Amino acid sequence: MEQLISLAVKAIFVENMALAFFLGMCTFLAISKKVQTAIGLGIAVIVVLVITVPVNNLIFNYLLREGALAWAGYPEVDLSFLGYISYIGVIAAIVQILEMFLDKFVPALYNALGVFLPLITVNCAIMGAALFMVERDYTFGESVVYGAGAGIGWALAIAALAGIREKLKYSDVPHGLRGLGITFITVGLMSLGFMSFSGVQL
Amino acid sequence: MSKTKDVLVTPIFKNNPIALQILGVCSALAVTSNMATALVMTLAVIAVTAFSNFFVSLIRNHIPGNIRIIVQMTIIASLVIVVDQILKAFAYEISKQLSVFVGLIITNCIVMGRAEAFAMKNPPIPSFMDGIGNGLGYGAVLMFVAFFRELFGSGSLFGVEILPLVNNGGWYQGNGLMLLPPSAFFLIGIFIWIIRTWKPEQVEKPDFEMAPNTKKEAV
Repeated sequence: MEQLISLAVKAIFVENMALAFFLGMCTFLAISKKVQTAIGLGIAVIVVLVITVPVNNLIFNYLLREGALAWAGYPEVDLSFLGYISYIGVIAAIVQILEMFLDKFVPALYNALGVFLPLITVNCAIMGAALFMVERDYTFGESVVYGAGAGIGWALAIAALAGIREKLKYSDVPHGLRGLGITFITVGLMSLGFMSFSGVQL
Repeated sequence: MSKTKDVLVTPIFKNNPIALQILGVCSALAVTSNMATALVMTLAVIAVTAFSNFFVSLIRNHIPGNIRIIVQMTIIASLVIVVDQILKAFAYEISKQLSVFVGLIITNCIVMGRAEAFAMKNPPIPSFMDGIGNGLGYGAVLMFVAFFRELFGSGSLFGVEILPLVNNGGWYQGNGLMLLPPSAFFLIGIFIWIIRTWKPEQVEKPDFEMAPNTKKEAV
């Protein structure tokens, strides 16, 4: 239990997806002009991560990994090179299913998230989390916690950046830096702030 | 011929995928703490973008509209697997350093964005060139950032010592900040600033115009 909590804290703060690993930057920079939309996108990312990371964990452990097909009578088969294509397939499929499910059963949430859901397929944070999960060899339980933690960390970061950018639009930025340039520098400063967590011993 | 050249050169400065289209920033930042990984990453992205554009463009008239994303993804993912296996076979050390970022080329928006925006509408050869051009534009930013990070962070370029470090008996005190993630953001911010000062038509419109200083005018 203790180990899971420390994993969650680590995923949210110390190894923040957006600010320490630069994952999901494209959407992070493009959709952070308003706090409200940023929070919507953040929630969508949390939901998708919580589902896709454990599912990919199961696929890796029971289908792809070396010797994983022993239950089917093929103990020597190693399909791990098929990893990338299956993870992205799973992610794309789950995002699609989630979209249809929400449209049918939770229309309010669908309207709130609708625009962002398709975008999430190409969000590097989702794919990145799946790859980190494989690289660090998490168990199923750990992968659920890691998915949730990584999602929450990403959502926090984008909400904070949107808050800063809302204030920033009233300020007098040098012409060449306006828009994207100053956003990069802001993110750099935020990332410096988040680095202070890296000294935390768990 | 000149059109092919345009397609190749425009993305490098005029329509840079990172600085102007905000595409593919994710991996651009994480692999830039030294030149060697940045170079390998650039080559990998150029190869994937060029070939995915080429193949998507070859079958562009046969892809049904509503499943095109999946088809493009499959092509891209297969190419990335090939690149990953090649790297593991011939440059194992570097592929270890790049870790998950080779896999993340799949979700690199440049690849997907160019397949969707250019390759779906153009014949194979120009699409191939467009892929190389955008890969080069991405590489230009990557190399710029990596150059400064490695030179000032660890005093070397491609692992060859340029500024002798204090710990090795030289005079240069390495700048630790340059090796940390935030410096990549600052450097890209500055890169965008330089490009936009040079080509002012890229400057974004402000949301709010500053009112002139009223007090001064009253006096």
